[in-house]
Amino acid sequence: MGEVLKVGIAELKVAKAPVNLSSAGLGSCVGICLYDPRARIGGLAHIMLPDSNQARNSVNKAKFADTAVPVLVSEMLKLGAVKERIIAKIAGGAQMFVFPGASDFMRIGERNVDATKKALAVEKIPLAAQDTGGNYGRTIELCTTTGKLYIRTIEHGERYI
Amino acid sequence: MKDFQSLTNFQLDALREMGNIGAGNAATALSELIGERVDMGVPHIDVRHFSEVPEIVGGSESFVASIYIKISGSAPGEILLLFPVEDAKQLLCILLKEHSILSRQTFDPLESSALMEVGNILAGSFLNALATITSLKYIPSVPGFCADMAGAILGAVLHDVGIMGDHVLYIKTDLHFQATKHVGGYLFFLPEAESLETILNTLGVSG
Repeated sequence: MGEVLKVGIAELKVAKAPVNLSSAGLGSCVGICLYDPRARIGGLAHIMLPDSNQARNSVNKAKFADTAVPVLVSEMLKLGAVKERIIAKIAGGAQMFVFPGASDFMRIGERNVDATKKALAVEKIPLAAQDTGGNYGRTIELCTTTGKLYIRTIEHGERYI
Repeated sequence: MKDFQSLTNFQLDALREMGNIGAGNAATALSELIGERVDMGVPHIDVRHFSEVPEIVGGSESFVASIYIKISGSAPGEILLLFPVEDAKQLLCILLKEHSILSRQTFDPLESSALMEVGNILAGSFLNALATITSLKYIPSVPGFCADMAGAILGAVLHDVGIMGDHVLYIKTDLHFQATKHVGGYLFFLPEAESLETILNTLGVSG
């Protein structure tokens, strides 16, 4: 087992192979993984909200999809990544609770995924793979040596994307 | 109020006392439901960064059963009840008198519905006590149920308070059942930032 950096809720971190990145217990939150395959540099942001403009306090850039992506990119560039090579893999965005007559508020997972895709498009980063939606939590680990994203769940199996 | 971090010790004490009375009420209600003694710990009140909250309940990946209730009215917020899966199963054994429950990890519709009813009763009695103390109106939603990773559940619940800041104020109470078995659970009361100000005003400890 190599070294693994843990990325908590509303945090973001970058790492160079062989150090991996992981986020435990993604629910409606989205884990945004960026990866430069040549430099073997990865970045992981654990965002919990779609849009920093809707928030009164948006100091923490890692909390929002729209602000986390550019920060993650610039942190990776500092480590030596090249922007044109960066690809993205995303996981999470589930709807954990189902209420009758679910309002906009309850569709937060879906909104997080949409906002993440929009933020990636703005930065012109291709989305290589995604494992999103459903009603269950996910734990993810980005292998910075291979770029594979490992996903583990409690009752919905495990997989690599 | 700018952030939960600016609360004084005096204000935290007032909130703790409020949580104490609310949780006492909830424990009594649950005790009547199951016909056994229910003890509760001294409520713990704290302000933490989001990323630290999952650790309070045993880590992001710990498998828990949860009941989630949204509060509307004059002081909106949320109530989240968390039980480690083994504890939830023990509680269901007491409620449903069915011992085969313990052999499975998952929750069938009868079991999740029984736990939602527990959530209903606990949240309702907790809010009743709060309403009496603060003279505010709290309207609980129907409960939602989810059994999954604690981090996933907390993330889904905390995003609402996340719009305000990076910290969450919570009142946490441990519930213990004095049966032959030990069953523990957590009750989180999560007021929104503006609700907190309203509550503090009615308690006469506004900043």
